[in-house]
Amino acid sequence: MSEMLRVENLKTYFDTRKGLVKAVDDISFTIEKGEILGIVGESGAGKSITGFSLINLIDSPGEIVAGRVLFDDRDLAHLSEDELSNIRGGEISMIFQDPQMSLNPVITIGKQLIETVIYHNPETSKQDAYKKSVDMLELVGLPAPEKRMASFPHQLSGGMKQRIVIAMALINSPKLLIADEPTTALDVTIQAQILYLMKKLTKEYESSLVLITHDIAVVAQMCDKIAVMYAGRIVEYGSNQDVLYNSKHPYTKGLIQCLPKLNEEKDRLFQIPGVMPSLLDLPEGCYFSDRCPYADEECKIYPETTTIEGRQVSCHKVNQIS
Amino acid sequence: MSQSQSNILKIENIEKIFQIKVSSFKSKNLYALNKVTLEVERGKTIAVVGESGCGKTTLGKVISGLYQAENGTIKFHDQDIAHKKPLQRGFLQKDIQMIFQDPYSSLNPRKKVRDILEQPLKIHTKLDKAERMAAIEKTCLDVGIDLSYLSRYPHQFSGGQRQRIAIARAIILNPELVIADEPISALDVSIQAQVLNLMMDLQEKLNLTYLFITHDISVVKHLSDYVAVMYLGEIVEYGTKEEIFSNPQHPYTKMLFAAVPDIDNPMISEKVLETGEIPSPIDLPVGCYFAGRCPLKDSDCEKEHPLLVDKGDRYKVRCIKV
Repeated sequence: MSEMLRVENLKTYFDTRKGLVKAVDDISFTIEKGEILGIVGESGAGKSITGFSLINLIDSPGEIVAGRVLFDDRDLAHLSEDELSNIRGGEISMIFQDPQMSLNPVITIGKQLIETVIYHNPETSKQDAYKKSVDMLELVGLPAPEKRMASFPHQLSGGMKQRIVIAMALINSPKLLIADEPTTALDVTIQAQILYLMKKLTKEYESSLVLITHDIAVVAQMCDKIAVMYAGRIVEYGSNQDVLYNSKHPYTKGLIQCLPKLNEEKDRLFQIPGVMPSLLDLPEGCYFSDRCPYADEECKIYPETTTIEGRQVSCHKVNQIS
Repeated sequence: MSQSQSNILKIENIEKIFQIKVSSFKSKNLYALNKVTLEVERGKTIAVVGESGCGKTTLGKVISGLYQAENGTIKFHDQDIAHKKPLQRGFLQKDIQMIFQDPYSSLNPRKKVRDILEQPLKIHTKLDKAERMAAIEKTCLDVGIDLSYLSRYPHQFSGGQRQRIAIARAIILNPELVIADEPISALDVSIQAQVLNLMMDLQEKLNLTYLFITHDISVVKHLSDYVAVMYLGEIVEYGTKEEIFSNPQHPYTKMLFAAVPDIDNPMISEKVLETGEIPSPIDLPVGCYFAGRCPLKDSDCEKEHPLLVDKGDRYKVRCIKV
C-alpha cells in the first residue's frame, strides 16, 4: 500500500489567558491508502483538535506551532488559505459530530450538495451536478433521493441528516475523509448502518479514513490502526489487534477493562481512579502517572516513545505489563 | 398478597398523549406512551431500553411526576399517582427521585453544592440546620464527594463529579425508587465505570430500586435484573435479564442487540443495512408498529395490533410470530 498522509511531530497549541494549552503535543502517525485509522481518547484528550489540525482548521488563539502534515507531497500545515480551501471538501473532507450543525438550515439539501460539486469542479453543469448528487444520496442509502433533494434539513431525521453529510463529504471522491464522532448523536441501529457504509465506501474507493471517537467498541469494528490519545499525546499507536487485544499502555488496558462487556458477567467494573488532568495543570513527568497503578519514581520523567511488539508505546513500565 | 408487597410500583395501561400542531387549525395526537404496563420489584433494577423517540424518557417523567398521564394508573404505596402533579403527591414525591442525563444542566449553576443538597431536605423534612448538615455529610461520604467541595459551585467540577453530586441529591432523602435517565451517557468511558460502580454500591447499601433508562445495551447487561424493551411508546418485550439476553424473541430486540458494537465481537454484518429507522409516532399503522422494519413480517402483521402476551415466568412479548 502507498502512503496517503504522514503527520510528523505535530504540535497545536492554544495561547489562552490562563496559560499555554498544548492540545496536541508532538504527535506522529501515517495513514496508507484504503486504511482506517482510529483516534480514541476521552474528551479533552486532543483528538478533535488533531482532526482539525490535519486540514488546518485551527482558529485563533490556537496555532499549529510545529510539525508537518504531508499529503501528496504538500505540507498542509503551511499552505495558504486559498490552497487549503481547494483541498477541503475536495481531496480531503470532514464529517462533524452533529449533522444538524453541519447543514445550512435555510437551504435545501439539493442546493447544498450541488454547490459542493460545483465549487470544486467549476466546469460541471448544474444538471450533471444534480445527477451526481442524487446518485450519491442513493449510494448512502437514503430512500427517495430525488424527493430529499428538495427537502430542508429540519424535515429529516438525525440518521438521514448524517447520511446526507456523509454524501456531501464523499461527493467529490476525497482521498481522505476525517470523521469526528460521526455516530455519537445517533441510535445504535443507525450507528451500525452508518459505520458499515463508511467502512464499505472507504475500502471500495481505496480512500482513507480517520475516525475520531471515544467509543472503543466502534474502533474495534472499524479500524485497521489505532492511536490512543491522552492529554494531548499519543500514548499507544499500532494495529487494531495489537492495541486492543494485547495492550501495552496501562491507560489503554484500563480503558478496555472498564467497559461493560456483553459476553461476560462480573459484579464490579474495573475502574481507573481519578480523572484526566487539565491541560493547564499537567502532572510532572508522565501525564497518566497520577492514575496509573504501575507509577513510581521513574515516571517523574515523561517516557520516550518506544516500539515494542509492533506498536509504539510511551510508558516506562512497558516491560512489566503483560 | 406477597406479589404486591414485593412490587414497589405498579404501572397499568399508562398513556401519555402530546398534541402536535400540524397546521394552524389542526393538531394530531402523538402517543408517547401507549398503554404501558410494568411492575417494578423492590430492591431490583429494571432497565428500560430502546431507540430515541421510543418513549423511555417520557415513562420516567410520568413516574416522577414531571408529566401527568392522560389514562392509566401508577400505584405507589397503594395510591394512584399517575395524574397527580408533584405538589399533589405530598410525601410520596420524596420517595421517587430522579438522576438526569446531563450533569451540566441538571445542577443549578448559581448554587453551591451544599445548597443543592440542602434544598430537598428543606422541602421534604423537618430537620433543623445541624441535622441537615449531618445528613449532607453522611450522603457526601456515601457517594465519595470530599466535604471541602461543599462550598464550591457546579462549574468547578468535572462531569463525573457533577454526576456524583446529582446522585447525592437524589439519594439524600432516602428514596425508595430512583429513576436514572441515561445517567452515564454524557460521561467519559473511564468515568462511566466509576459512576456505575457507585450506583451499584449505593443500591446494595440503601436498598434502592432503580428504573434505569438507557440506550446502552452493554450497561443494561451489566446492572439490570429485568429488562423492558420499548418501541414507539409501548413495551415489546419484557423479562429477566438472563431471559432477554440469552434468548431474545422479539425481532426488534434481536435487531437492537445485533447493532451494538462489541469489542469482543467486532464484526459488522451486512444485515444492519436492512434495519431502517424508527417511524414517526404520529399516524401509527393499524397493525404491528414494527412491521415496516421487521424481517419476519407478513400480511397478518398489518391486520391487527399484537398484544403484549404474558408467557409466564415474568416473560412478556408482543409479536404474533413468536
